[in-house]
Amino acid sequence: MSKETFMPIRYSFPFLVISVWFFVALFAGLLPLHSDAMMLDKILFPPEGQAWLGYDDLGRSIAERLVLGARTSFLVAIFVVSISFILGTTIGVMAAWFGGWWDKVTVLVIDIFIAFPGILLAIALSGLMGPGIMNAVVALSVVGWVGFARLARAQTLTIKHREHVLAAQALGTGTVRIAVCHILPVIMAPLIVEATFAISGTVIAEASLSFLGLGVQPPDPSWGSMIRDGTRFMLVAPHMVLAPGMTILLVVLSINLLGDMLRDKMDVRSKAKN
Amino acid sequence: MLNYLGSRLFTALLVVIGVMTIVFMLIHVVPGDPVEVMLGESARAADREALRETLGLNLPLSVQWINYVNGLLHLDLGTSLHTKRPVVNILSERIPATSLLAGTSILIALIIALPLGVLAAVRKGSIWDRVAMTFSMLGVAIPNFWMGPLLILVFSLWLGWFPVSGKDQFSSLVLPAVTLGTALAAILSRMIRASLLEVLNEDYIRAANARGLLPSSVIWKHALKNAALPVVTILGMQLGALLAGAVITETVFSWPGIGQLTIEAIQKRDYPVVQSCVLLISLCYVFVNLLTDLAYAYLDPRVSLNE
Repeated sequence: MSKETFMPIRYSFPFLVISVWFFVALFAGLLPLHSDAMMLDKILFPPEGQAWLGYDDLGRSIAERLVLGARTSFLVAIFVVSISFILGTTIGVMAAWFGGWWDKVTVLVIDIFIAFPGILLAIALSGLMGPGIMNAVVALSVVGWVGFARLARAQTLTIKHREHVLAAQALGTGTVRIAVCHILPVIMAPLIVEATFAISGTVIAEASLSFLGLGVQPPDPSWGSMIRDGTRFMLVAPHMVLAPGMTILLVVLSINLLGDMLRDKMDVRSKAKN
Repeated sequence: MLNYLGSRLFTALLVVIGVMTIVFMLIHVVPGDPVEVMLGESARAADREALRETLGLNLPLSVQWINYVNGLLHLDLGTSLHTKRPVVNILSERIPATSLLAGTSILIALIIALPLGVLAAVRKGSIWDRVAMTFSMLGVAIPNFWMGPLLILVFSLWLGWFPVSGKDQFSSLVLPAVTLGTALAAILSRMIRASLLEVLNEDYIRAANARGLLPSSVIWKHALKNAALPVVTILGMQLGALLAGAVITETVFSWPGIGQLTIEAIQKRDYPVVQSCVLLISLCYVFVNLLTDLAYAYLDPRVSLNE
């Protein structure tokens, strides 16, 4: 019963963090920010009234750079997850629906892509295609579709022979219409949960690429590249590393909590168990 | 069992060929002419042609692919464009460092995750469970490239216990291994808890309890042995995350392993080295997963019967 009182704080906090992230990312362009403005007399200064998170090694306000970094990570996450979602779901549903050789080949391709651990393939791809935000999006999407394809395929296989699908088939409904109107709505819930975790994964992945110098290029800010710049001045200005890292932690933690909540809500089985 | 073994090995072979092909194709995703990117725009035409010939880029794609796979079968990974040394030699110098780091990280992860996961499952809903799951949530959300600098800040710069980076003394191993180990422990403790909770509901656990066995003996001898199987599979799958994390962690700590080599090679546009690093890490991952799958099938006959 103590869980009931625990819930609101646990769930309102992530909503707050994600809303802030969302609005800051959306309206960063409208805010009067000067993230590239250098205050040469303030280099590496700790937090103060003018810049409440202090200044970096070029005398730029860290708070303002965090805001623009939020836009970077948000846009990359939305683009990558949307591309992966659409591509992966289409491939997965098609594989399960048509079956046979088509399915076997898809499963093999999925297995091959899964054989590249984590973001290793994305690191190699964006490194070879040349650093830049567009290439990072492409590289992360090349890796990202696999999870959706695997899930969509497994889900479609379980509902392929349900009565409502068979009925639609018997009525002569077209394949596309069956997929969109009769299969997608049923398999959407687990895909949305997967998408939530994909967003937090992409936020970390984008920051990792930028940390390695393969994502966003200077002077544009990214949380990952801010940490990289900060590591060189850690002893004199730890706030340069602490501020962006804390931001990533808060955003990723919030999205994961939200994902857990969505999963508990949508999965009837786990509800019954608890 | 033989049937399962055969089909699993066949799939693994196809995956290996697929991985080789993608790695082979990596050099062709370089925008424009890879030779031009490597030599710069001011290079003479003769030099370009020479490099193109050494890399075999003037041949048809299918011939290039056959040459590449043939080279791999003879352990010929090409020559580094930067140091002009065979890539195999460069890799073999770096493998021990990464193996040492990965092995120590897994050990640290087990030391943290095993007691934490068991405690969380046995005392489900208690404060210990809360602590373990909070640790798990945080561990997943803290990226390696922040954990590393944080550890350096506290234990190297403030306390001065461990060196900041490099691999000069044994204590240099501690911070990178803890960085990777805690990230793995976060996932592992969650899995151990879930797996153990499942087992604790089984009849044989109730039977063992009914026979009056010590609770500790029930947990360690009866429950944990059965819960271990899925955990070992997860550990095999998480090795991938560990190896990918090693790329970043080795960069943070200047640990001279395969991961650092990958990033160095990307920065120097040393394509054969980049390709070989990616190939080595991926094949290692495929091999470990094959082994865990086969071990699982051997220990639990139900797996191969389901096929």
